[in-house]
Amino acid sequence: MTAYIAKRLIAMVPVLFGLSIIVFMVMALIPGDTATAILGAYATPENVERINRDLGLDKPLVQQYFIWIGNVLHGDFGRSFTLNRPVLAEVMDRFGATLILAGTALVLCSLIGLLAGIVSAVRQFGWADRIITFVVLAGISMPSFWLGLLLILVFAVTWRVLPASGMYAVYGGGDLPDLLYHLILPAATLSVVAAGVIARLTRSAMLEVLRQDFIRTARAKGVSETRVIYAHAFRAAIVSVIPVIGIQAGFVLGGAVYIETVFQWPGIGAMMVKAISTRDILLVQGGVLVVAASYVLFNLMADVVQTMLDPRIRT
Amino acid sequence: MSLALQDNVTAPAGPQRISTFKLLLQSRLASIGLVILLLLVAIVLLAPLLPLVHPDQTAPANRLIRPFVTAAHWLGTDQLGRDLLSRLVWGSRVSIAVGFAATLVAALIGSVIGLVSGYAGGRTDNLMMRGIDMLMAFPYILLALAIVAALGPGLMNALYAIAIVNIPFFARNVRGVTLGLAHREFVDAARLSGKGHLSILWSEVLPNVAPVIVITMSTTAGWMILETAGLSFLGLGAQPPQADLGSMLGEGRAQLFTAPHVAIVPGLMIFVIVISLNLLGDGVRDALDPGLKSGALSRPGPVTRIDRTKPAPPNSQPEAILSIEQLETGFSNGNSTTPAVRGVSLHLDRGECLGLIGESGSGKSVTALSIMGLVASPPGVITGGAIYLDGEDVLSMPETRLISLRGSKVAYIFQDPLTTLHPTYTIGQQVAEAIAAHQSLGRRELRERAIALLEQVRIPDAAARADHYPHQLSGGQRQRVGIAMALANDPDVIIADEPTTALDVTVQAEILSLLKQLQTERRMALLFITHDFGVVAQICDRVAVMKDGEIVETGQTRTVLTRPHHPYTKRLIACVPEIGDGDRFLPRVEKLMASQTKEAAQ
Amino acid sequence: MTETLPQTLAHTPGTRRRAAAATPHALRLEHVSKTFGGGKRLFGRKHHAVEALKDVSLALTKGETLAVVGESGSGKSTLARILVGLERPSAGTIEIAGQDAEALTRQGPRAFGKTVQYVFQDPVASLNPRKTIREALEAPLKLLCGYDPEKRKARLGELMDAVDMPASTLSRYPHELSGGQAQRMAIARALAAEAEILVLDEPVSALDVSVQAQVLLLLERLKHQLNLSYLFISHDLAVVEAIADRVAVMHFGEVVELERAKTLFASPVHPYTEKLIGSAPRLNGGAGAVRM
Repeated sequence: MTAYIAKRLIAMVPVLFGLSIIVFMVMALIPGDTATAILGAYATPENVERINRDLGLDKPLVQQYFIWIGNVLHGDFGRSFTLNRPVLAEVMDRFGATLILAGTALVLCSLIGLLAGIVSAVRQFGWADRIITFVVLAGISMPSFWLGLLLILVFAVTWRVLPASGMYAVYGGGDLPDLLYHLILPAATLSVVAAGVIARLTRSAMLEVLRQDFIRTARAKGVSETRVIYAHAFRAAIVSVIPVIGIQAGFVLGGAVYIETVFQWPGIGAMMVKAISTRDILLVQGGVLVVAASYVLFNLMADVVQTMLDPRIRT
Repeated sequence: MSLALQDNVTAPAGPQRISTFKLLLQSRLASIGLVILLLLVAIVLLAPLLPLVHPDQTAPANRLIRPFVTAAHWLGTDQLGRDLLSRLVWGSRVSIAVGFAATLVAALIGSVIGLVSGYAGGRTDNLMMRGIDMLMAFPYILLALAIVAALGPGLMNALYAIAIVNIPFFARNVRGVTLGLAHREFVDAARLSGKGHLSILWSEVLPNVAPVIVITMSTTAGWMILETAGLSFLGLGAQPPQADLGSMLGEGRAQLFTAPHVAIVPGLMIFVIVISLNLLGDGVRDALDPGLKSGALSRPGPVTRIDRTKPAPPNSQPEAILSIEQLETGFSNGNSTTPAVRGVSLHLDRGECLGLIGESGSGKSVTALSIMGLVASPPGVITGGAIYLDGEDVLSMPETRLISLRGSKVAYIFQDPLTTLHPTYTIGQQVAEAIAAHQSLGRRELRERAIALLEQVRIPDAAARADHYPHQLSGGQRQRVGIAMALANDPDVIIADEPTTALDVTVQAEILSLLKQLQTERRMALLFITHDFGVVAQICDRVAVMKDGEIVETGQTRTVLTRPHHPYTKRLIACVPEIGDGDRFLPRVEKLMASQTKEAAQ
Repeated sequence: MTETLPQTLAHTPGTRRRAAAATPHALRLEHVSKTFGGGKRLFGRKHHAVEALKDVSLALTKGETLAVVGESGSGKSTLARILVGLERPSAGTIEIAGQDAEALTRQGPRAFGKTVQYVFQDPVASLNPRKTIREALEAPLKLLCGYDPEKRKARLGELMDAVDMPASTLSRYPHELSGGQAQRMAIARALAAEAEILVLDEPVSALDVSVQAQVLLLLERLKHQLNLSYLFISHDLAVVEAIADRVAVMHFGEVVELERAKTLFASPVHPYTEKLIGSAPRLNGGAGAVRM
């Protein structure tokens, strides 16, 4: 197992390398140059040239990349010109908030999704199944930012039971209960779509597995129906659900962009949206790179879990 | 002719083809989705002809009118006094157009990548898929954000970003199917028919991949509309004064507390569009996926449904350990039931081996599975008869009692030991579970008993093998595990359903002699289902011949094989080549066929 | 040779009769080996290599039925795929109807298809589920024989007659046919190419016994009518004995015994052959002497 994890970690290196190239290329191909963005439309040619030289933008692309990646590996992501502080510091400040939000949402959507999927499969065509199927369909068809606004309207404006925005109360607060209190609405909103996707997949995986020959074998052995469903069917179905949870982590991390904007959560998504509109390229670059790398790492964990659960891949 | 063996004489059954579209309309939800979607598309297409105010016409005096207040502004107005209804129609037009365009672009590029990658295989495949993996290594929306960041905010750029981000889904799905098809026999056959690679891709592979492309399109179109709206909501898509539903929502957000309808209405519209697309998409998927077509994806219950209209017939063989009386089992499809077993009566004496033989579709397996209610249900249903196990009717038992008798009194051995063993438990665990289902023992003792059973079925080095998973064993060894599980609780009856069909002939011989030996040692009754007369001759005391759900002949094995009574049995036995027949076999069959054709003509 | 041909097929101008080449062999394999995998990976580690065929030499005489028997993993299917050009041997030479297989490969798939054809084990899987039988049969007629539409129509009729199926079957889809019917269609497709050598890969294994007997009968009749040579691959010894002139026994990629059918079944020499024959179940009671 350790050897497997080591192998997967090594295999991550080219992926991260590829990621960095894509991120760099996307940013390098930006029409309109950074210098103009920094200095404004009325910059003098001399100033533009100076900025370009400072940022190394006058060198060939390949060289630029290696300078950049070299700096990145040393933790130097450059300096955000809009915030006038190092990109890494800003990204790390923000990333914690995003992780809290996305992590909570991922746990929530996995639990709800798996549970709803199992209930739906076991009670196929029953009332529970119909209600779950409908709720799930509605959930995955809803724009999450709209759902967020609706929840704010209901819980923060009309009922005034939950806060509409932010991570902590402005005056006082700052402790864990305060954080959880602020976390409820955004985390719930963020988990809706992913929970729906996981529930659908769990349902169909369960139904698929329940028709397999080995389920019939279990029944022929005289195993109780509860055991057939949980020890046999769910045990086999979870193997195909895990990779989807891995993919959903990506949707949750990406979806956080909307939710952070709606709930003014001080995360990395909201930061990037602002950075894009101010064309603070280095900030976008750093943000994308860090989030993508963490997603790669998460997918690795999902792979490892799946391998632990499925002996057929293990050997 | 009653002996419909000669399948070449009868013309193949007339085609009963249901068009995919009809199948789609059979689903109520999919039809609803289709109707809503068509209605919306019609409205947005006709937008220029509808009596609407210009969507960008501002009227500061009429700002933020609530919906349903004035007839002039039926859905109210926004912060600039623009008519919301008009903006909604025109905004939907943009959103739907961009969503569909992104879907088409992603489908086209992704499918081409998937087709080429899956068909070419090797290095090409590796290279292309690594590229796709790179794209997928980004969290979904983040990559779109990065692309928009690079290209600059704007509706077209949002379209490109969404399309690029969705290419991997198409590429992966299409590649998966193509990869499976590229090594299928019919592709090889086409190559041998003289077709080149392009022609095979276009005319053999693509038609089989097309459903997957359509399914992926119909399931991702909703996503793409949501994502485009999302980018616009963040201010990165449509730029003012142009508006799609997402940017309307984004602008309305500022008025959330004072005039929530400005944000709620466009969101509702997105919701309606996407949910109708998703309803339709699910319907399309169900209609195109052959596995789902027959409603096959319904969950089989723990026990076959029993729906007897007639009272249970009496037990005519009270001494027999197992006696089946006029069993009728069928498969229900909607309101009618297709019978598979029609009034089968059989009995199995203690310690006896009875062979149940028949060709495919004769109902032999269904008979065997009916005994302990293991016919998958739905669609299976037992419609009549009785099954007396040691004098007690199985079909009248409560469910819990029936389940408790499975494995303890009647055990099964199934055909393909790879699919019949659980892939993620070790064989030791699976044998132990068979014991634990009926006896409460400690962990330690369970394991010891399981290893002892594995030794009894002659699995070498059983203690170490017990920790192996089914896929690590050979076919013959897996079948031995199947036998060990059946023996776990010393059952009175073992039902073996084609237990050696998937095995090589030398392995088959070993398994048969093991089964025979165990059966005689333990004086168990064995019901042996097979299609092979040679196997019957080897281990069965008596044999019953089944055809079209009925038993046509029963008797001592030797008698049936040497002096078959029923013409069907005669014919069937004559068709079995045997070592030693040599070149006498074909002339014998030829004579038989000729005489039967003559009979049929008369 | 041609006197025995049925009216319909013999007088078809397109039915090319390849003049007997210098050798009487339809197929000849010399020291053929096939290894799968074993290539180097990116970091220099070697893939696990599987030797599917080890130094196989055998020849199929014109007009003969040579059976290749073996259990799963014996390499018999790999042998078949190599013979029809779907795989290429790692070593050794193959001659098909007097021509070098390498040369045929260079000429492209059509040259191969015109010389040797293949009948698959699973008849339904060998037909494209989304194409009618007519479309499946038209491809070789058009691409390999180069017939115009009218000629193709006539040939389709003849082919359906040859395999005893009504012409209405042409408009059917594969899933609308029974296993036996589908296998007849697959045989018709192989015949359509007008090759004289057929490689039959377990052609009756997926069929019920009564259907199996009919298909065997059909194959035997076609062989005589059209002067075909068969390489018949099977795991079923009884079937092989009924149809083969000579038998090659394969075990783990090697031919362990190659002998006339009568001799082989009467007095097997190799212990594996003996075990194989001994394991086959027999009707006349009692297990065949199972040696383990």
